[in-house]
Amino acid sequence: MNTSYIEIRNLSKKYTVKDNSVEALKGVSLTIPKNEIFGVIGLSGAGKSTLVRCINLLEKPDDGEVIIDGQNLLELSKQELRLKRQKIGMIFQHFNLLEQQTVLENVCFPLEIRRVPKAERKKKALEFLEKVGLADKANAYPSQLSGGQKQRVAIARVLTNEPEVLLCDEATSALDPETTKNILNLLKHIHDTMGITIVIITHEMRVIKEICTQVAVLDNGVVQECGSVKDVFENPQSKSAKRLLLIGETEEANYVG
Amino acid sequence: MQNLGLDVFFKGTNFLRLLDGLWVAVRISLISVAISIILGIAVGVLMTSKSRIIKVVSKIYLEIVRIMPQMVLLFIVYFGSTRVFRWNISAEISAIIVFSFWGVAEMGDLVRGALISIPKIQYESSEALGMAASQTYLYIILPQTVRRLIPLSINLITRMIKTTSLVMMIGIVEVLKVAQQIIEANRRVSPNATFGVFAVVFLLYFLICWPISRLASYLEKRWA
Repeated sequence: MNTSYIEIRNLSKKYTVKDNSVEALKGVSLTIPKNEIFGVIGLSGAGKSTLVRCINLLEKPDDGEVIIDGQNLLELSKQELRLKRQKIGMIFQHFNLLEQQTVLENVCFPLEIRRVPKAERKKKALEFLEKVGLADKANAYPSQLSGGQKQRVAIARVLTNEPEVLLCDEATSALDPETTKNILNLLKHIHDTMGITIVIITHEMRVIKEICTQVAVLDNGVVQECGSVKDVFENPQSKSAKRLLLIGETEEANYVG
Repeated sequence: MQNLGLDVFFKGTNFLRLLDGLWVAVRISLISVAISIILGIAVGVLMTSKSRIIKVVSKIYLEIVRIMPQMVLLFIVYFGSTRVFRWNISAEISAIIVFSFWGVAEMGDLVRGALISIPKIQYESSEALGMAASQTYLYIILPQTVRRLIPLSINLITRMIKTTSLVMMIGIVEVLKVAQQIIEANRRVSPNATFGVFAVVFLLYFLICWPISRLASYLEKRWA
């Protein structure tokens, strides 16, 4: 069961703006087992977003390898990468729905691109909307939905591609704690029922606590610590992990109090 | 009525001539607008390119259009280029060339602006869904761009229609020129025609441009 599924080796990425260069990733290596809910936590600027964008090559790393299911993504042709990307779903902080189209049309969209016949794509889309609990909103427009509902639509949309991996880039960061919890439950449900490997990028401790089994602490472009959530939380070794835990605790205290 | 000088319209075919002139103006602007939109979109996409050469060239092009008065451009093309290059182009073709030269630049700039106003994340999410670059453009970026573009380009169309009044300077008999001819021909019998005729010309421009600008604000409200 615990075979490695996503293998990230020595990933580096440097951004250069005029004379200023920032090393976002400095040789990151990670092994993400199949069927895991894997969390990557770090404060802003730690390089998390760059890391997740390197997994499906939205950003091209300067150095290193990304191997998913035994395939080195950097060696794929454009066409092969495109097909591979359909199997690597991604959801975003700001949902990125098409505002001018209904919920149903949004969910149908990836199927339309794949030239799935009309009747079939509608059936499939409704099925996934059902799964995320939004079947009754099929004909609504995104502007009529709440943040949590929009994220559900985005999740339904990504599921139509039947991905094997789901990357979540701060997917709950624009949502309130209650909604966050609901979305996380939905992700967990999807993980349990569809057997999708999920990678969650977040700056919030409680997200990791809620659903992740393994976690990597990213700081300053380097993986400071990596292990099971239990180990890292109970016995943090690195300075960054300790600091994150402290922030997490104060947040929680504020939230309860 | 005598005082307003509207009587000249009832003489001969004066009013029909004026409408003919109006059609000339509208025809020039319609053709130019069509060319501007088609080429402008292509130029706008080009302008977003990261290539230095394309950036410099499009910058120079845009500045020339902005700085040069349209009338000077008309003179250069109609009087200048025909002499130097020994080709034979009619005044109307010259006008269309100049107006398209202007329109493509402005349209290109509008398209460029609309394109870069689409957040990067839109490209990213469509790529993440496994779409090719061409599909991203066609299904995600273009529809959103067009929505932002329509009100702006309609504004360009009305400006173009108004500016066609310049083409009489290279001898095209359009609405304003016809108006002048009517006034000149009737200077003795109805000296007040200056007022009436130009007032009607104003009204004609208004009747053409107003619905277009209403349409723009309607679309702006609906699609903004």
